[in-house]
Amino acid sequence: MKKTIYDATEIQQALNRMADSFPMSSTDAPWAVVGIRRGGEHLAARLATLLGQRVGAEIPVGYVDITLYRDDGFGPNDWPEVGVTEIPFPLKEHTIILVDDVLYTGRTVRAAIDAIIDYGRPKAIRLAVLVDRGLRELPFRADSAGFELKTTPNEHVDVLLSADGGEGDQVTVGPRGNGEEVQQ
Amino acid sequence: MSILIQNGRLIDPVNATDKLADIRIQNGKIAEIAAAKSLNPGPDEELIDATGKWVSPGFIDLHAYLREPGEEYKEDLESGGKAALAGGFTTVVVMPNTHPVIDNAEHVQYILARSRALGLCEFLPAGALSVQRKGKNLAPLAEMQKAGAVCFTDADRAIANGQLMRNAMEYSTDFGMTLFSHAQDEALCSDGHMNEGAASTRLGLRGMPCVAEESIVARDAMLAEYTGAKLHFSHLSAAGSVARVAQAQQAGAAVTAEVGAHHLLLTEEDVDGFDTSAKLNPPLRTEDDRLALIDGIRTGVLCAISSNHAPHNSVEKDVTFASAEFGASGLQTVLPAAIKLVDEHDISPLVALGCLTSGPASILGLESGGLACESTANVTIIDPKENWEFTPERNLSKSTNSPFLGKTLKGRVLKTIAKGKVVFTV
Amino acid sequence: MDAATIYGILATAKGFKEISRRKIKKVPSLRGRTILNVFYENSTRTRVSFELAAKRLSADGVNISASGSAVAKGESLLDMAQTLNAMQADAVIIRHSSSGAPHYLADRISARVINAGDGLHEHPSQALLDIMTIWEKFDELDGLNVAIVGDIAHSRVARSNLIAMKTLGMNVRVAGPATLIPRELAAVYGCEVCDSVSQAVEGADVVMALRLQKERMNSGLLPSLREYSVEYGINAKLLKTTGDNAILMHPGPVNRGVELSADIVDGQRSVILDQVENGVAVRCALLYLILGGSQP
Repeated sequence: MKKTIYDATEIQQALNRMADSFPMSSTDAPWAVVGIRRGGEHLAARLATLLGQRVGAEIPVGYVDITLYRDDGFGPNDWPEVGVTEIPFPLKEHTIILVDDVLYTGRTVRAAIDAIIDYGRPKAIRLAVLVDRGLRELPFRADSAGFELKTTPNEHVDVLLSADGGEGDQVTVGPRGNGEEVQQ
Repeated sequence: MSILIQNGRLIDPVNATDKLADIRIQNGKIAEIAAAKSLNPGPDEELIDATGKWVSPGFIDLHAYLREPGEEYKEDLESGGKAALAGGFTTVVVMPNTHPVIDNAEHVQYILARSRALGLCEFLPAGALSVQRKGKNLAPLAEMQKAGAVCFTDADRAIANGQLMRNAMEYSTDFGMTLFSHAQDEALCSDGHMNEGAASTRLGLRGMPCVAEESIVARDAMLAEYTGAKLHFSHLSAAGSVARVAQAQQAGAAVTAEVGAHHLLLTEEDVDGFDTSAKLNPPLRTEDDRLALIDGIRTGVLCAISSNHAPHNSVEKDVTFASAEFGASGLQTVLPAAIKLVDEHDISPLVALGCLTSGPASILGLESGGLACESTANVTIIDPKENWEFTPERNLSKSTNSPFLGKTLKGRVLKTIAKGKVVFTV
Repeated sequence: MDAATIYGILATAKGFKEISRRKIKKVPSLRGRTILNVFYENSTRTRVSFELAAKRLSADGVNISASGSAVAKGESLLDMAQTLNAMQADAVIIRHSSSGAPHYLADRISARVINAGDGLHEHPSQALLDIMTIWEKFDELDGLNVAIVGDIAHSRVARSNLIAMKTLGMNVRVAGPATLIPRELAAVYGCEVCDSVSQAVEGADVVMALRLQKERMNSGLLPSLREYSVEYGINAKLLKTTGDNAILMHPGPVNRGVELSADIVDGQRSVILDQVENGVAVRCALLYLILGGSQP
């Protein structure tokens, strides 16, 4: 029932497009990339590498865990996994590119922004996502989206990404199973 | 007033009878006993069909705290009496740790007067052994005995001073008195709340070790042998205590002992969850102790089962375990202990019911004629097979601190007849 | 509590440890919840630890310090329970001198109840933070050798640790004055009771010393502090006989020179301060896991 709509090659192309939309010349620079755990982790690292190639310097990477910032708690049978937020660079000197695999309701982004602001005050925050599937519940807009999809609430979008862009990378769309979270 | 009990199994430990029989009661006495189904009902005679049931002499309880005078909010002789009858008891020895203490003739007479006035079961007063139960000076034992006290004890306080106990024993021999001993070394139990053992370690509660009871049982048994006094040990709880009593009996001392019904049915594991209705003094002990107590009944070392009925209000019991008072209510749940002995421990009904009838009677020196012609008609009719739930509605005590409340028990009192009158029906 | 649950709590606590090292030590997870600390026994360490934990989760933590003779008997615990219900607390953290007080409360109030130490019975959050501290130093807990030394009989810290360590498969040896070790300890907790401290400590990976309270001398259980420190105190010489990477623990506050010689309290092996830091993290984790669900 799940359909692969983008494969590894298309994903890499999208990543390159995303990297292009953050030019060094922009007044936003210097950039830093912060991936939202856990879907945005590999994405953040790979985007930072691509950006770094264009800019000729290493782009700092950080990760933010939003478990404790969610607005919906956790279910009665769930065991929340609280990950560690790492931001190993000074926030106020950088513009953060906040990275996630799928942008959906926008609640994850809201939580991530709150988490980052608790850490410090960045110059600005821009949002980069691999897939924007619409159906926003909060007023957020991606500054750069690899793909834009029209989806319905009873579909589930899955992104499989590896650390270095292997063959297995894919974006799939299928019907939503029971008990799947809707945060994104 | 004539009653005919038909076709019941007559189990009379006093006269060592166990047979199917018809019994006729007239004018407060047993009038006739004949073969089952052989007696013809007279006109206006109340008929009780006891087919499949046991017919026993009315039970005698050696140890109940009925809180009157002074703590009537927990229980009084009226509510306690009703609970007693529901438990099959037609005679109850009431403990003297009331307010004021029963330590003189006047107070003894008070209890007896109330007993007559209420007309429920018969209350027999135990007199305090020491003045005000302070454990220092002897109370006026002879005076109390003349007034009607049937035994002497400081109830839930042990006699710490060996000299006082010796004096009481020696004094008592002139009068043929029976002393009851609450055997416990209080210092070894200081700040203890349950049996010292695995359960107390786990629950983080300070314990009262078996040796605290056993050491005083040893002391008092040896003193009884030395002085020739008649000594009865209340509510034993430890295996070692049973052994020491057996030893004393073999040496010829006039020593008897009882066990509380709760200690035959429960162990320290029942305290789990910090259940204050299982907080007893002496405490519930291990399964090994429980089995040793049952064995004590089997061998005759222990010849009585008491209720240790200790009603407490929620003020005393609805608190943390360490703060709770000791004691559980128990008059209505004694029979199931006897039935359990028969069902699961290979003890004959005569011996088991003997612990509720002939045993207590002989300890007190009561002339209990059992179920023989001309004896007072105190009769308890039992269904030994019925499983029944001890619901709050069935609880006749003013207090609810029973570990069996809401539980199902086997063995039920169906009717109690006191002095020829039916005073309790299920 | 099974091993999986313990490890789960500790994993969550690890996440919280990081938060306590940030500049803004706060996350909004329990925003607006009311958490009441009801401490019937004096305790700065544990109370502040729970207080901080509540505040780090953005909850409203309020202290109710209830000591004094009238309350000491526990009669008013029922009144307290009814008052707590009226206050609509989400969680109540209770420390009480009576074993079973948290259970008593839990049966009577609608809020969640967390045991911060009841009588001699248990002190679960302490055991969890102790295990967390050990886990930070040793990857594999199963089969680890632990020595617990001191007044076991009066220690709820010891009991909770014994339970946790048994669940996690650690080998525990216990030593202390015979008057302070319950007779049934080995049978109940599956630990080994040693004749001497040196026997228990030899080859241990973890040495945990318990606090000795001065009341024990008054109850006739021990002759003197001096004798205790000579016969049962942990010192540098004893520590040399432990395993290679052995750590030294103590629930605090330490009686320097009694349970531990002064030099080792701050020495290399001591993780006592880690225990304190982990205490806040563990308590954050507990509060979060108990109150952070989406159900009200």
